[in-house]
Amino acid sequence: MSRWAPPRRYCAAVADVTEQEAGAELPDRDAAREWLEAMMLIRRFEERAGEMYAKAKVGGFLHLAIGEEATIVGAVRAMRDEDYLISTYRSHGHALARGAEPDRVMAELFGRQDGVSHGRGGSMHMFDLEKRFMGGYGIVGGNLPLAAGMALASDYQGLDEVTVCVFGDGAANQGTFGETLNLAALWKLPVVFMVTNNQFGMGTALERHTAQTDLHHRGDGFGVPGMRCDGMDVVETHEVIREAIRRAREDRQPVLVEAITYRFRGHSMADPEEYRTKEQVAEWRKRDPIAAFGERLVREGVLEEGEPERLDEAAVARVDQAVKFADDAAFPPPESLYDHIYVLGNQVQGWYSVDERSAGVHRGEDERALAEAELGPTEGYDEAVEAASREDVGTEKPTDEAQAEEDEAEEAES
Amino acid sequence: MAVVRYREALNQALREEMQRDERVFLMGEDIGVFNGAFKVTAGLLEEFGEKRVRDTPISENTIVGMGVGAAMTGLRPVVELMTINFSLLAMDQIVNHMSTIHYMFGGQAKVPMVVRMPQGAGHQLGPTHSHCLEALYLHVPGMLLAVPSTASDAKGLLKAAIRDDNPVVFIEHEYLYGQRGDVPDDDDHVVDFGKAAVRREGSDVTLVGVSRMAVTAQKAADILANEHEVEAEVIDPRTLRPLDLDTILESVRKTNRVVIVEEGWPHGGVGANLAALIQEQAFDHLDAPIARVTGADLPMPYSKPLEQIAYPHEPQIVEAVLATFRDL
Repeated sequence: MSRWAPPRRYCAAVADVTEQEAGAELPDRDAAREWLEAMMLIRRFEERAGEMYAKAKVGGFLHLAIGEEATIVGAVRAMRDEDYLISTYRSHGHALARGAEPDRVMAELFGRQDGVSHGRGGSMHMFDLEKRFMGGYGIVGGNLPLAAGMALASDYQGLDEVTVCVFGDGAANQGTFGETLNLAALWKLPVVFMVTNNQFGMGTALERHTAQTDLHHRGDGFGVPGMRCDGMDVVETHEVIREAIRRAREDRQPVLVEAITYRFRGHSMADPEEYRTKEQVAEWRKRDPIAAFGERLVREGVLEEGEPERLDEAAVARVDQAVKFADDAAFPPPESLYDHIYVLGNQVQGWYSVDERSAGVHRGEDERALAEAELGPTEGYDEAVEAASREDVGTEKPTDEAQAEEDEAEEAES
Repeated sequence: MAVVRYREALNQALREEMQRDERVFLMGEDIGVFNGAFKVTAGLLEEFGEKRVRDTPISENTIVGMGVGAAMTGLRPVVELMTINFSLLAMDQIVNHMSTIHYMFGGQAKVPMVVRMPQGAGHQLGPTHSHCLEALYLHVPGMLLAVPSTASDAKGLLKAAIRDDNPVVFIEHEYLYGQRGDVPDDDDHVVDFGKAAVRREGSDVTLVGVSRMAVTAQKAADILANEHEVEAEVIDPRTLRPLDLDTILESVRKTNRVVIVEEGWPHGGVGANLAALIQEQAFDHLDAPIARVTGADLPMPYSKPLEQIAYPHEPQIVEAVLATFRDL
């Protein structure tokens, strides 16, 4: 299926790949334009998220998918609405591509009540049940068993759904990889395992963490057939994932797809990138999946000259709106701290949670009502809210911001 | 009422809930063809077939994780882990996923599943098959925790666990599997979580016994009454999360003395936690320091005599109770 067979050491041979002819056939005009828009939205969203992180509007870790957009849009556009998608801690793009509101994804990064996970999850834990985006997960390899369980539920209920499970090359060395592939093959579950091979597990290069670097072959021993695609090419990625989904749905067969890609930014914002050279990054940036697809669409007459630029401007405007929404959105109220730990029925009995601030106070049976009556906002809460609303926030610079600025300067030059 | 063994009571609960709800299914190692390592699932494969009684490979973390995924998307899995020590291989899925997902995603996804596992010493299985680790699971918010000590509770709590929309860690006891007890015939014999059972009324001291130790505590209470004229009130919390602290506190206000008995390790144990809660809530009612009788603070030894002194028996409980009456 795959037309693109990269050499063993992908990074060194990137120049060969850039010479490759455009591969798979384009979708119809509307779809092609929409794919480009979707990738642009992810790119601009991620860039602004990085900026907001630098301004301390966003906390925690922030893992950006810049450079990997084709793997996201190519895969998600091959799915039906009723299919399940489950992803990793690098999942803003998956949420957006699946149809989550950019406003609410950004609001989640900002820790607001209107965020997709109501400010409980943050960057690594996006979720949108309605869109069947079944979550980003912070534990490397933790999502694979869940994916197989979702596929099991579909199969059990006689439903025609497929689960697409995205993870990285690093996760392929977790025990859950072998355990889950074995079980999925054994039980013939309709699941597509998509390893987004960006060639680094955090800062450890693929050939330094994995003996068999052809990751799509790693399912062979488990009875899971493998396919590979050029993850910098949205059309080829789509074609390969579509075929994998077809096999999962019709043949009741898990499939492992390896998408070769590259992240242009660090592992997270806190990454000085000492494990790779600027030259290597620059080489891969020449294969920018969005620029390449935009150029191809113009070249093949799908879009007019200048149209990609106009679509990009629209993406920037959409993200501006998302930032404004997130910044204006309220933080979760302090009395909601204990919401959603349990599904509480009508009769709440006993102590479900012990609130340390209530020491000395007998909470009785309905502790939630008491919590609301007794506990007001604390000093730490008020300070955090105040800090987030200041315009001059952002005293700490992420360690790779200097790198990002250089990158942007280079881009501006070219 | 019928007299049945604890393991049969669990089997009845599984069978009845599977008959009641098509979404309920079982996964675990050797639960089907082998009928379960402790025979809890005996006969269920025959009755319900391979779709609903699924023998799995030895992959604890992934079995639990698949249960989580299936629970998020419409099923009600009951996962059996062969012993609580093996459940440690599934800690990531239990703690980082099963108990966390409802909160982490702002209440969008529910994880209605049960993870069953037996614990306990006494069969000379040494340091990797004998421990009581309910305290590890008590530590984790976001899931419920049951520790049934009678056949009736085993059935009623398991049925409640399967019907609950929260994830439940359901800890059985290897010693108790063979014990008989009265179990209501009623198909809807459901024991609510968060309600302790007062196994024996008494006015002199409150004995709280966890899991098998609820049984041992009752035997100790008989000795205390017969030989020492001490009337102990024995409370079996039955579920540790939610915890029926009210019933325990009510007893403490009456007896003014507490001894907590558990088979697990003392540091960070159920008793340590419960002692903190009791002194926070009923300090003025205590006439003696809260005492604990726990498993020894060590990996369980194999040798029979050593094993016997490494977890609590009646004499230690009696001694601990009498100590609360001595002048300080």
